[in-house]
Amino acid sequence: MTHVSSNSLMGKRGSSPELWMKLLSVIILVGLTGCGGGESNVSAGNKTGTLYWGNGTEPQSLDPQIATGVPEHHIISAVMEGLVLKDRKTLEPRPGVAKSWDISDDGRVYTFYLRDNARWSNGDPHTAHDYAWSWWRALQPALGNLYAYMLFPIENAQKYYEGDISDFDQVGVKALDDRTLQVTLKYPTPYFLQLLDHYSLFPVHQATIEKFGDADQRGTRWTYEGNLVGNGPFQLVDWKINRRIVVQRNPHYWDKENVSLNEIIFIPIENIVTEERMFRAGQLHVTSSLPADKISVYREAKDPELRIAPYLGTYYYRLNVRKPQLKDPRVRRALAMTVDRQKLVDNITKGGQLPAYAMTPPGTMGYFPKSDLKFDPQGAKKLLADAGYPNGDGFPPTEILYNTNEGHRKVAVALQDMWKKHLNIDIRLLNQEWKVYLDSESAGQYEISRAGWIGDYVDPNNFLDLFLCGGGNNRTGWCNEEYDRLILDVAPSMSSHSERLEVFQQAEKILLDDMPIIPIYTYTTVQLVDSSVKNFDANIMNAASYKDLYLQAEE
Amino acid sequence: MYRFALGRLLQAIPVLLMVITVTFFLVHSAPGGPFSADKAVPPEVIKALEEQYNLNQPVWKQYVSYLGDVLQGDFGPSFKYSGRTVNELIAAGLPITAELAFYAMLVALSVGITAGVAAAMRPNTLQDYVPMTGAMIGICMPSFLLGPLLVLVFGIHLDWLPVSGWGDLPGDKILPSITLGTGYAAYIARLSRGGMLEVLSQDYIRTARAKGLSERLIVVKHALRGGLIPVVAFLGPAFAGLLAGSFVVETIFQIPGLGRFYVQAAFNRDYTLILGMTIFLSTLIILFNLLSDMLAIWLNPKLRHEIEGAK
Repeated sequence: MTHVSSNSLMGKRGSSPELWMKLLSVIILVGLTGCGGGESNVSAGNKTGTLYWGNGTEPQSLDPQIATGVPEHHIISAVMEGLVLKDRKTLEPRPGVAKSWDISDDGRVYTFYLRDNARWSNGDPHTAHDYAWSWWRALQPALGNLYAYMLFPIENAQKYYEGDISDFDQVGVKALDDRTLQVTLKYPTPYFLQLLDHYSLFPVHQATIEKFGDADQRGTRWTYEGNLVGNGPFQLVDWKINRRIVVQRNPHYWDKENVSLNEIIFIPIENIVTEERMFRAGQLHVTSSLPADKISVYREAKDPELRIAPYLGTYYYRLNVRKPQLKDPRVRRALAMTVDRQKLVDNITKGGQLPAYAMTPPGTMGYFPKSDLKFDPQGAKKLLADAGYPNGDGFPPTEILYNTNEGHRKVAVALQDMWKKHLNIDIRLLNQEWKVYLDSESAGQYEISRAGWIGDYVDPNNFLDLFLCGGGNNRTGWCNEEYDRLILDVAPSMSSHSERLEVFQQAEKILLDDMPIIPIYTYTTVQLVDSSVKNFDANIMNAASYKDLYLQAEE
Repeated sequence: MYRFALGRLLQAIPVLLMVITVTFFLVHSAPGGPFSADKAVPPEVIKALEEQYNLNQPVWKQYVSYLGDVLQGDFGPSFKYSGRTVNELIAAGLPITAELAFYAMLVALSVGITAGVAAAMRPNTLQDYVPMTGAMIGICMPSFLLGPLLVLVFGIHLDWLPVSGWGDLPGDKILPSITLGTGYAAYIARLSRGGMLEVLSQDYIRTARAKGLSERLIVVKHALRGGLIPVVAFLGPAFAGLLAGSFVVETIFQIPGLGRFYVQAAFNRDYTLILGMTIFLSTLIILFNLLSDMLAIWLNPKLRHEIEGAK
């Protein structure tokens, strides 16, 4: 390696150019001999069963009741597991820690039967009581759990969280015995089984948490290597901040016979350009992303390592309906009708995104939003004229706010151009750094702003309840009582799935008629995946099933 | 000399206090808080978090209690990396960044001095123009261009060296060190050329030449010591600059050093981490400047007499 003692270089005042040259060549030679012919991570990993996974940013926390991001999700889903898993292709519920379950006829009471061989990674028995305790913890406000609302379908959970009741026994979670857990819901919630595979409902190991602090204390050291006890197919063995997180097979996992990988190394890489280079150099099996300008290169080369899959998320623009020029729904419709989405995804975003004409991505739990929105510049012109701006005359200059990012800028520039061309209105662009942008948006200090929503679970409810009156994620100032009634009261009380979807159709129609948002496209995940990675099936949640993955180098 | 050092250290106290105060209030007045997120954060959660991190107090109270903690060497918990203290994060990143800075300095000194001395020995010839043009290019070439270029050539096309990492694969320290060191090598080349040219025209060099000493002996024995003083004076700020400015190289090469924390902290509004890093790096800069000044005095008898005469 390049170690040369500092004395030899800096201490001697009588050094000559020749000496420097010699030392330099030694450094270079010593450094170079150490490399070349070295085996790449990928080919070494294929022999040892070690998967190298590009994982975006350094995780903020591995506590499933504190964490929020995608990188955290990946690691947590390797070391922990819920009652129910999702099928890696169809996302249908599959038995996890629960080997089976019953659902009462009214759809409100779920009884889960836990596996006899369920164990924590330290060998402790894993029981139904763990769930009651974990969900109690998840609902402690002091913990600062951003996903507490995922538990709100459970009877009285929201009331308990908000302090309206103080007795946790009233919350609909009961461990009937060590192996049986009964959950009572407020309404029959068809997506409840899905929620169980979200990390905020994963069980946590009580003894470990209490060893390192109070149950509702944030930022204790229980999630660090050597401390963390989980129940997933893998266990945490090493966590070097900003460098790597290593998980290895958990010998106590109930389904350990069906886990193929020996080890996964999660590497945090914020810079996606670096990540792509690491992939090309064989240092990663899977990347978290791919720079937009590289997508076409891989596409043209028909590279099988490029994986593009639909993603349960919508890229849209918020319209601040409190601003005078955006008060009139006709103006908002006109803006939405002059976005040439097909052109945008073909020429600007280029990542296989689908043009979006409604808020909910099509195919969400069998739901296909009926939208009459289409690219119609003539109709839009007429609407704008009806609203008092014939040929855009008198329309005040309006600003698009976006967080600083090249991709967002390109989309904003394209829309600016489309609106000028088709409606003859002047649009200005304003970019703000992420946190400043969040502040401006929440405070309503914008006219039009870029937004995106990635689903937490596959159900239209997760997209449509964003726009409830005064909801924290609404931020447009739009409020419609009928819409709220449909989402909050009518949809949950429906007894059949199809009736429920029909209610969502009505709600979505109200949203699209009033148009406080402009849907633009449905996201895709774009990744590079080495050909040796098998059983890697993309799904709309971008949720990898690590226990199913295996590595096999192609001859 | 000791009095000089002590005086400088005393001067550093108000400077550091100023740095802490300005950074503290700047950070707290920046728009956007540490806990704002894309998904709406419920008010209960904001309240719990603010309580936990002492953000529910008036800012001046926070300032006073922060100052008290800093005096005890405690930079507090990081807001973003749940459960980690700022001290812990600095301790994790510092050895790596320091090692990177050290190798970069090695590259800078060896290449820079060689080029500078070679150029000074035959001024206005090819031996001067070639290294000095190279130095100009080195100064102008930003590391975010040089780094990826080196990676493409040596990492991907030739496949000689790893494209990223630090201490994970053999040879992965070479490209980052060269990338970070190049700009400094270029400066050092120009400084040492200037210094050497000045010294080589001095009377004592002429005397040495008149005695019939070989050119090599003249350069090595007599000229280098004086000619490199500008380089020595540059070392302190350069080393501090390497430590504080390694962010780009750390990002390109995926190195888990201090620089990445620093920039991420600013984006995340991780108040304590921003402050801790700023204070820590300011202290380092002050110390390195002092050290390089002391070294320059020790090397230059003229300055030494001035300081000692002033006693």
